Amino acid sequence: MKLSTLLASAALALGLAGGAYADAHGKTKVGFVFVGPVGDGGWTYEHNQGRLAVEKEFGDKVETVFVESVAEGPDSERVMTQMALDGADLIFTTSFGYMDPTINIAAKFPDVKFEHATGYKRADNVSTYSARFYEGRAIQGHIAGKMTKSNVIGYIGSFPIPEVIRGINSAYIHAKKVNPDVEFKIVWAYTWFDPAKEADAAKVLIEQGADVILQHTDSTAPQAAAQEAGNVITFGQASDMAQYAPMPRVSSIIDNWAPYYIARTKAVMDGTWTSTDTWDGIGAGMVGIGEITDAVPAEVKEEALALKASIADGSYHPFTGPLKKQDGSDFLAEGETADDGTLAGMNFYVEGITGDIPN
Amino acid sequence: MDLSSINPVLFVAGFLVAATPLIFAALGELVAEKSGVLNLGVEGMMIIGAICGFATAVETGSPLLGFAAAAVGGAALSLLFAFLTQITLANQVASGLALTLFGLGFSALLGQSYVGVKPPRLAEVNFGPLHDIPVLGPILFSHDIVLYFGFALVVVVWAVLKYTRAGLILRAVGESHDAAHALGFRVVRIRTLAIMFGGACAGLGGAYISLIRVPQWTEGMTAGVGWIALALVVFASWKPWRLLLGAYLFGGITQLQLNLQGAGVAIPVEYLAMSPYIITILVLVVLSADKSAAPASLGRTFHASS
Repeated sequence: MKLSTLLASAALALGLAGGAYADAHGKTKVGFVFVGPVGDGGWTYEHNQGRLAVEKEFGDKVETVFVESVAEGPDSERVMTQMALDGADLIFTTSFGYMDPTINIAAKFPDVKFEHATGYKRADNVSTYSARFYEGRAIQGHIAGKMTKSNVIGYIGSFPIPEVIRGINSAYIHAKKVNPDVEFKIVWAYTWFDPAKEADAAKVLIEQGADVILQHTDSTAPQAAAQEAGNVITFGQASDMAQYAPMPRVSSIIDNWAPYYIARTKAVMDGTWTSTDTWDGIGAGMVGIGEITDAVPAEVKEEALALKASIADGSYHPFTGPLKKQDGSDFLAEGETADDGTLAGMNFYVEGITGDIPN
Repeated sequence: MDLSSINPVLFVAGFLVAATPLIFAALGELVAEKSGVLNLGVEGMMIIGAICGFATAVETGSPLLGFAAAAVGGAALSLLFAFLTQITLANQVASGLALTLFGLGFSALLGQSYVGVKPPRLAEVNFGPLHDIPVLGPILFSHDIVLYFGFALVVVVWAVLKYTRAGLILRAVGESHDAAHALGFRVVRIRTLAIMFGGACAGLGGAYISLIRVPQWTEGMTAGVGWIALALVVFASWKPWRLLLGAYLFGGITQLQLNLQGAGVAIPVEYLAMSPYIITILVLVVLSADKSAAPASLGRTFHASS
């Protein structure tokens, strides 16, 4: 008796779900998996802006859903599965740690398209996309090297993955170029989003003499800590963080995902979606540089803008030789630039950075 | 490696601050659990306290009013839990989890217009000449009033639980609610008060993060402190002093590992990063080798008819 009731209700539920599916068929459903809350003021905030831009662009023809604060790892598979079962046509998974889960779930739902941010594993229905944040890091490094008085620059890392290491290297190369005495202190927070821990890390770095804080974590907490401390400058990460301008935030790297999200949604609608690997930078507009405030001397600002222009038009590559690796071995010869494969898998520091990269 | 770049005075002062939210939240939960109630909503009550305190401090310009509002906010949310578990006899684990989810969502809604706002600063307590004592001055006498209040609260809770009739009644309710009921104690009322105390403390802890430790409002900013507080209560085997020790250990090692990383110590970062959890648990487990156990009625539903 009980079993039959259960079966009947399950059948009913399936029928209803099927009905809803048919109803929504005219609409393209786009799902987003976020690693932090949409109000983090940084990374996830900008992805959500991209989602809103998709809604604005396509209006009634599209339906977006998102789940925020999804832990990297197995829990994200559950979220993706649910989205796919709910009829999503396209799912953006917006953190590095979703890479294997995305591949696993994509294999189970061959008709659903997946887009994984900052990863390197692709499949027939999995694209990857990322932005060349290291181009922005070069500009930050330049400003940081010019601005530091203590010659100690603090860097809050999240996880030791190629994207973060690339950013550290790029910032270091350009800080060193304008200030040979500069030293980087790197602290790994092992989190993308934990305001209290990020603030603690910033405070520790400041206590240890850093007067510039670069962050590769998602919240604005390090900005608040720097503001408390006074004479410390910071850079907005992933989002403009303009509420902390003109001091401590003197500039920022802004991720602009909207054009990409709109283009990919359009491709699904038109049936032209194919698995691709997109990696755009300042030139294509995926990476923006936030306004450089008056806290930066005019000539430094000019140099920074010139650097930005040369990166944007392709005349300068932030990883241009001669460069050596941390262990002293050769990385790039005079005039040689790093290819994308090397950059994508970067797992070493350049010469001059102290400390080891955690495994 | 350059250990000289670590300033021990700033380090100790820093970890006292880092431990304070944990002390408040865990202490509140300890009292609730001593009365036999398992409230898994600590994280939710903390984040509600964080935004209530932040919003009030910004609107009134007074951080102390902010802390008061945080306590009220946390207690108000805990009343919802008290209603569900004490009046409607709902499952405590499920209600607590729901409270956390609700608190996280509701605080995000309340906090919409406070993102990027700078809160007023709570001044340090003026200890006069004490502050000028070398080393000890900056470590012990350079904090805000709420940090000292947190320490005092541990002493008060310990004394009340151990030496007063009120504490005895609270423990009796937590050990055997049927016996306590038979003796004429109002189990539901006592538990409701304990839950509210827990909520108020969690709220204070949350506000300490948003007003002092970070200081800013960001969605979800407690980021798991409530869960650590819950674990701490168990590992401290429901004893206030051990809880204090555990909180300082956890806060201290968290700060220490950041400092060591900054100084470039040659210990793999992975070990440093996990050390606060492991060492705190180890020390407290060793300490709890005696016969102290959970309150016997912990998590059990009480109704006078049973």
